[in-house]
Amino acid sequence: MRSHPLIYIACYLKMDIAFYTTALVTVISTVMVITRHNPVHALLYLVISLLSLSLIFFLLGAPFAALLEIIIYAGAIMVLFIFVIMLLNLGKETAKQEKEWLKPKVWIGPAILSIILFVELFYLIMMAHAVPYSLQIVNSKVVAISLFGPYLIGVELAAMLLMTGVVGAAHIGQHKKIVLHRFLKEEEPL
Amino acid sequence: MKSSISIEMIMLLAALLFVLGLVGVVIRKNIIFMLLAVEIMLNASGLAFVAAGSRWAQPDGQVMFIFILAMAAAEVSVGLALILQIYHQHKSLDIDKLKEMKG
Repeated sequence: MRSHPLIYIACYLKMDIAFYTTALVTVISTVMVITRHNPVHALLYLVISLLSLSLIFFLLGAPFAALLEIIIYAGAIMVLFIFVIMLLNLGKETAKQEKEWLKPKVWIGPAILSIILFVELFYLIMMAHAVPYSLQIVNSKVVAISLFGPYLIGVELAAMLLMTGVVGAAHIGQHKKIVLHRFLKEEEPL
Repeated sequence: MKSSISIEMIMLLAALLFVLGLVGVVIRKNIIFMLLAVEIMLNASGLAFVAAGSRWAQPDGQVMFIFILAMAAAEVSVGLALILQIYHQHKSLDIDKLKEMKG
């Protein structure tokens, strides 16, 4: 690839174009997520947003993060959302209700405030002069060595957090008829 | 390989995604859409971490991304269980109807 400078420049340009195209797709699909009325449509747009974000990770030289993004976010977390939407049977009436809720009167104030916030962020980020950086690939071996070396305690804490999440979800999700405390029940002869 | 993508552009993308997620949390009244918007915000912060890790060629950014991923998975499982329970008790997902704490 390095034999001819023209090919090198073409490769350089292509990566640039790929990045900006993917960024555009990400932003558009994210805007679609927060404006859809039907929950399933919003979920599908979120999956597109996650896939394009994973492509950006790949372009940034982080293939392991890109894979995790697809496997865990698009593969596992989105399936959880789909199960809940299926269980709650959210359909056309939800979409109609959302249409009533999402009026310009509701969203225009927060949108303007958030645009101000974004302009501030834009200004802060652009204050530093742009440095094109050399792309270095951080492969999964280095990540794994770092993960199970200096960050071992974090891995254990994340494992405990996940276990707590599973136990908590199983406990919260079960159906109970009465939600009284067991000591309160005796004192209430009502 | 030298790339012409500057770190500012990636940080701007992360900021834009974060602000979009913030807008989604604020303007929505359905609690499922709010949870989706929180996911967008977590993703944006993950993008910032990965970009910073790639900028200095250190694995720490991706390690932080993995932690964010684990936290998002735990948060979504508990949050969705809570949503199911709320729907069974109130028959609604409207956050204005869930003001039990009178806050």
